Amino acid sequence: MTTDSIRQTVLRVLGTIAPEVDPATLDPSAPFRNQLDLDSIDFLNFLIALRKELGVDVPERDYSQLGSLNACVEYLAAALRASQTDVR
Amino acid sequence: MAEFLMPKLGADMTAGKLVAWRVKPGDVVSRGAIVAEVETDKGVIEVEIFSNGVIDKLLVEPGTVVPVGTPLATLREPIGAESPTERIPVPSPRVPVKDQPLAPAAPVPMNAPPRWRASPAARELARTLGIDLATVPGTGPDGAITRQDVQRATETAPPASATADRASRMRQAIAAAMTRSKREIPHYYLSTTIDLHNALTWLAQRNAARSVTERVLPGVLLLKAVALALREVPQFNALWTDGQAKPSEAIHLGVAISLRGGGLVAPAIHHTDQLSLDELMRKLTDLVNRARTGGLRSSEMADPTLTVTNLGDQGAESVFGVIYPPQVAIVGFGKIGERPWVVGGQVVPRSVLTATLSADHRVSDGHQGSLFLATVDQLLQEPDKL
Repeated sequence: MTTDSIRQTVLRVLGTIAPEVDPATLDPSAPFRNQLDLDSIDFLNFLIALRKELGVDVPERDYSQLGSLNACVEYLAAALRASQTDVR
Repeated sequence: MAEFLMPKLGADMTAGKLVAWRVKPGDVVSRGAIVAEVETDKGVIEVEIFSNGVIDKLLVEPGTVVPVGTPLATLREPIGAESPTERIPVPSPRVPVKDQPLAPAAPVPMNAPPRWRASPAARELARTLGIDLATVPGTGPDGAITRQDVQRATETAPPASATADRASRMRQAIAAAMTRSKREIPHYYLSTTIDLHNALTWLAQRNAARSVTERVLPGVLLLKAVALALREVPQFNALWTDGQAKPSEAIHLGVAISLRGGGLVAPAIHHTDQLSLDELMRKLTDLVNRARTGGLRSSEMADPTLTVTNLGDQGAESVFGVIYPPQVAIVGFGKIGERPWVVGGQVVPRSVLTATLSADHRVSDGHQGSLFLATVDQLLQEPDKL
């Protein structure tokens, strides 16, 4: 999966949680929880949706690594690469 | 023969708009079944029935605003059952309400079956977009409203205006309830700082072994601690009715939920004190999701016994809430933050949060309020017992 497709997936999931926000206005390097006004349950719904879409179950200790859109894409790309390595 | 009445879905409701019927004459209904959708200033609520029977007649047409207590439908008893004439109980008015944002109109007798039906997908989309199904012409079988019909309706009726209108009416309803609260209830306020080290350490270990779908949020521990503390200090689990506080036997915590686009609702999680942490997490998630997409139920709106508001996610250090009448207290939680804390004579970093109590001085004193907050603190020091 390319980083572009991961980014599109993340934006699509965020769009379902905060439908009133235009993803194009999101600053990819700034914390998205503030930009989208996400609370704990929104963030948990976001993680549950990522697990469903990408098969990545983010451990609680890694939540801080998903602060911005860019960081999120980077983390998920690494997690998906690691899972492919494990399979091999 | 029994009557199904427009329920009172909160102390500030005097009238409601019947948006849709979920049943038709001849349908067999059982206690707890959702039979109608009613729009109040808090949004569209799914209304449950609290009796078993067969729908006889629908008395009010969708789109009609009627006062609380107006008969909406008649029921006959199932074959073989007793058939006394009775009115189906609805949550009773607890406090006289003067504010009336929704103007009631005379109920319109219905001579024909419900004019429209909608597919689940259409209902879901309508809720998401804030579209009133009563305004959508259906093109499906027997005039049923399809998802495409709702989509088409968005092109002719911009959802933004409907959403803005709803938000405006909700703001008026909140203004009315909070003004009344501040006018009538002599609030007093207390706060305490709680060391959450034990609770968060225990929760992190518990969550570490679980998938993201099974994890519990810290806010759930806080809710459970409040519910159990109400068992110990029950003065705060009461409703002010007819000039006096009437204790509530059940503990139904109201949870303040902010809505996207503004406003908030505070529906109840029933019997909060009896739920396991996992059950409470599931119910909280479900409640928040339904509050934000539509689908709250009448029983959830009608009977919270104490509200909890948590503004920690938004970064507030503390929140001193305004009591929602006829409740007699509200508990607030701020954000969890690292602070220097003295443990065993040493200053160490600890995760702490500020818990507050706003309470009705007609019902309780600061001494009891202090005991209540101390009990919440003690319960959070032993999270495995929650």
